[in-house]
Amino acid sequence: MFEIIVKIALLGTSISIVGLIYRLIKGPSIHDRVIALDAIGINLIALVALTSIVLKTSAYLEAILLLGILSFVGTIAFAKFLEKGEIIERGRDI
Amino acid sequence: MEEIYKIIAALFIIIGTLLSLVSTFGLIRLPDVYTRNHAASKSATLGIMSILLGTFLYFHYVHGHFDTRVLLGIFFIFLTSPVAGHLISRSAYHSGVKMWEKSVEDDLKDAKEKVYMKK
Repeated sequence: MFEIIVKIALLGTSISIVGLIYRLIKGPSIHDRVIALDAIGINLIALVALTSIVLKTSAYLEAILLLGILSFVGTIAFAKFLEKGEIIERGRDI
Repeated sequence: MEEIYKIIAALFIIIGTLLSLVSTFGLIRLPDVYTRNHAASKSATLGIMSILLGTFLYFHYVHGHFDTRVLLGIFFIFLTSPVAGHLISRSAYHSGVKMWEKSVEDDLKDAKEKVYMKK
């Protein structure tokens, strides 16, 4: 029973990623696309967790931290670039 | 006893999946960047935290190892995902993405005008 539930959850998360890919392709502004990318990164974390339950191993759980950090840094970089046009500011404005 | 913990973990996983699907539905159907950002950053975060909590319970009570990485992942997502949503929304406002035409209130506009009047 538990395995069936986990597989249903895998299916639901995959459907969710497909819907987000629709928004990623269609989105009217770039910010929509960035929001969709952030949500895809978060859903991938859930996919990794559910896959490690299905395979009965905890070897893949490091990927959760890695995907979380990469998704966060990517979103921050996109936000700063879209707002200011540069990511790392080097000027010394007081 | 193991079966009870399996049922609890399955409940958490089902709740998380439903919240994730609701978040995707909102991201597809809502009319505006800002409303879509609400859907993406709030309910997706709660759903993924719930799925990870179910995974943690499963590995702790069924397989018997206390997995710190999943707990760290829950904490990290709880910390970072709302911040990322807020930054994207702020960047969209400052680079001039239009609101939905039926929106009724824009408080940040008045605040920005006051700041520019002072300068």
